[in-house]
Amino acid sequence: MKQTRLIMGMPITVEVVGDASTHDFKAVFNYFRAVDHRYSTYKPASEISRINTGQLGAAWSDEMAHVLELCEETKRDTNGYFDIRRGNTLDPSGLVKGWSISNAAVLLRKRGHRSFYIEAGGDIQTEGKNEDGEPWRVGIRNPFQIDEVVKIIQLSGSAVATSGTYIRGEHIYNPHDGYKPATAIASLSVVGPSIYDADRFATAAFAMGRQGIHFIESLPDLEGYMIDTEGMATMTSYFDRYIA
Amino acid sequence: MKKVLVGLGVIIIFIAYSLWVRHEQPKVGTVASTVSPTTNGLPSATNNNGSSTTPPPPTSSGSYKNGTFTGDSADASYGNIQVAAIISGGKLVDVTVLQYPNSHDTSVAINQQALPMLKQEAIQAQDPNNIQIISGATFTSQAFIQSLTTALNKAQSA
Repeated sequence: MKQTRLIMGMPITVEVVGDASTHDFKAVFNYFRAVDHRYSTYKPASEISRINTGQLGAAWSDEMAHVLELCEETKRDTNGYFDIRRGNTLDPSGLVKGWSISNAAVLLRKRGHRSFYIEAGGDIQTEGKNEDGEPWRVGIRNPFQIDEVVKIIQLSGSAVATSGTYIRGEHIYNPHDGYKPATAIASLSVVGPSIYDADRFATAAFAMGRQGIHFIESLPDLEGYMIDTEGMATMTSYFDRYIA
Repeated sequence: MKKVLVGLGVIIIFIAYSLWVRHEQPKVGTVASTVSPTTNGLPSATNNNGSSTTPPPPTSSGSYKNGTFTGDSADASYGNIQVAAIISGGKLVDVTVLQYPNSHDTSVAINQQALPMLKQEAIQAQDPNNIQIISGATFTSQAFIQSLTTALNKAQSA
């Protein structure tokens, strides 16, 4: 059974193998709605918006305090590359996506499910096997041609997050150097046991440009597949363990 | 209601643009200006398809003023994206990326020992059959749409 809803400005898909009720799907989607309600910087009434406008003072929820602490921790883990500060405002959305997928997976496990996946805007946590009893087969999208996949990986109990852009990278404006030829990367996919880590480190490593893949290589348990603007892919040492 | 229609229009234009972009391949070493369709290809994927067809003209209501209109800078989570819409004959003919999130002030300690272990390959289109899920980025394209929307609004009211 598979359902998709548009929440947090992106399609969220849940597929459960075996007996699943509509209540299971409702629980997951309602969880994402609650997350959106609290963390959306696009919603003026969200807790994060009220923090940013100063309306909330210091009366943050415990969960918000926890998430912002996770953001600080991630900033330290990534040498400052992961930063939720935009001038005077905070935007934790770069962490909240992976964190909430991870929590939603816990929710489904608690409801007794052992084979499922949750995908939100291209970030995926898998659990168990697909309906054929095989690992889930996941395609990595071609950043230059969005209807195409350029790599197929197999996941069972692991996760993948992709950071990148589907616009051509050849006209890059660097505020320090002005216009210059492309040195950036088109997409970076990070695979690992948990979508929380895969997502936050994919986001930070993408911001590092070409060095990002080395950063992923330096992290235990995480593997990466980087596609540069010339269509060359660079993968970490053990990424091939996931290749289908 | 009008806003919804304008928003819908922008999304349709974006999709049309995406389809049009599919026929182009990245070229490296060009400096910023407008982007024109190119025939030199990626080492793999696109060549495999042998797609050398002429890109279809992007669809548009044709109600825009001619010229180049710069959109607002939009937040893509790890940096900003800013695009300019190029209007010719009342239609959106090109989009130039002015700002792209790839810079950072902080330097990062990199495990250089890892370097020789990394493997490289040219990307290649895979058989999409038997895939259950697709991983790809989304939020940059949202910021892209946001910046393009403001550029097109300027083109409309110019």
